[in-house]
Amino acid sequence: MDPMSIVFPVLSIGGMGVVFGACLGVASEVFKVDEDPRIGQILEVLPGANCGGCGFPGCGGCAGAIVAGTAPVNACPVGGAAVAEKVGAIMGVEASSSEPLAAFVKCGGTCDKAKNKYDYEGIDDCNFAVQLAGQGAKSCSYGCLGLGSCKKACAFGAIEIVDGVAVIDKDKCVACGKCVSACPKHIIELLPAKKKVKVQCSSKDMGKNVIPNCSVGCIACKICEKNCPFDAIHVIDNLAVIDYDKCKACGICANKCPKGVLTGKRPAQPAAPAAPAAQAAPAAEAPAQEAPKAE
Amino acid sequence: MNLILLILAGIFVNNYVMSQFLGICPFLGVSKKVDTAAGMGMAVIFVMSLAAAAAWLVYSLILVPLNITYLYNIAFILLIASLVQFVEMFLKKSAPALYQALGVFLPLITTNCAVLGVAVTNMQKGYNFIESVLNAVGGAAGFALAIILFAGIRERIADNDTPKAFDGFPMALITAGLMSIAFLGFSGLIKL
Repeated sequence: MDPMSIVFPVLSIGGMGVVFGACLGVASEVFKVDEDPRIGQILEVLPGANCGGCGFPGCGGCAGAIVAGTAPVNACPVGGAAVAEKVGAIMGVEASSSEPLAAFVKCGGTCDKAKNKYDYEGIDDCNFAVQLAGQGAKSCSYGCLGLGSCKKACAFGAIEIVDGVAVIDKDKCVACGKCVSACPKHIIELLPAKKKVKVQCSSKDMGKNVIPNCSVGCIACKICEKNCPFDAIHVIDNLAVIDYDKCKACGICANKCPKGVLTGKRPAQPAAPAAPAAQAAPAAEAPAQEAPKAE
Repeated sequence: MNLILLILAGIFVNNYVMSQFLGICPFLGVSKKVDTAAGMGMAVIFVMSLAAAAAWLVYSLILVPLNITYLYNIAFILLIASLVQFVEMFLKKSAPALYQALGVFLPLITTNCAVLGVAVTNMQKGYNFIESVLNAVGGAAGFALAIILFAGIRERIADNDTPKAFDGFPMALITAGLMSIAFLGFSGLIKL
């Protein structure tokens, strides 16, 4: 047997391997992605918890998006202004609009204000309760069930269940968004922490269907929309929605709201202790008729 | 004319997934959404055409002259794996937009046996360079067609109540089987 019949194939295939390997090695240098240095730097500045609160897959995804320009320098809600400033320095951008966010429960239907369809005596968890008939005991199908799935999800102890509705302490909230995804009713949202005017209702039912169920539900009367000097609040799908780019938190809508669905009232009148801190201020939008001061 | 037939045959009659049962892994794995299925399909078209061209070159310029054609499998695997890696790096640098669209699928294609299947078919049938590339384009287009159709069906099925026992993967396999039977209806239409 000709020994060359073994040596030859080994050499040629081995040679191909070496050539391809060398090509790849060279290519990895030649095609080295030079877009990267800033991604690495930003990654170091970010908290590195990979919580996904920014909406990207982990801190790496966020850093990539920031460098690519698809995310703002303040994209990291956990890091807040401090991180945004450092990221801004790396990107050469002023971290101007680094508005800190905080989670907010868009429901004010506490035990005394919202009715229940039935008494729930099941497992103490919203995700179980929603699987039952009527998606939970609350008459309003959009409302907070108050069983505390968000509270369990919160790693920072920022959520308490007060009077049957989850309330978030925005000083403790780092806006990681865990509660947002934990809520089966999808009524928790990350909103600018400093803007005191918030819509404390998620009901997209028509007004006449809201009134029997909840005394602090948005009835889509559009009074807020008509009174807003900045065109910042609109009734969409029977629910007031605030555009925080335009909102100046003047509180006019909150004062005008006949149902008290909006938080952040101003003490404009005699004795109305405006209490933005208290989630108890149910915000509502707009029943056109009378306005029982719901606070 | 024959070249057009070659492409059509690749798409319908000799469909790599539906008639030859190659490339099943990405076919089942990346077919939950039409978007990603389309991305995968495009990536396969891209890579398969390149791979077929490169494989033809390696076969005719290296294996045949050295009289070691029996090593074609090893050579092709080596070639395809390196090529995909190279393409990935190249795209990342030179065509970031394309990389964004295809990037995540490229590593998956390294192990797509349909790519190897095309190279081997080209060699066995003795196609010349142009025929090889066109056969690859047709075959890859057939793969893309199959995976996009399949993803569309799966999306619809996902919205429906299926018996518990069939939920998810079993349903996908049954669907794929029925699709394959449908595609076999084309068999024999084009003789090459």
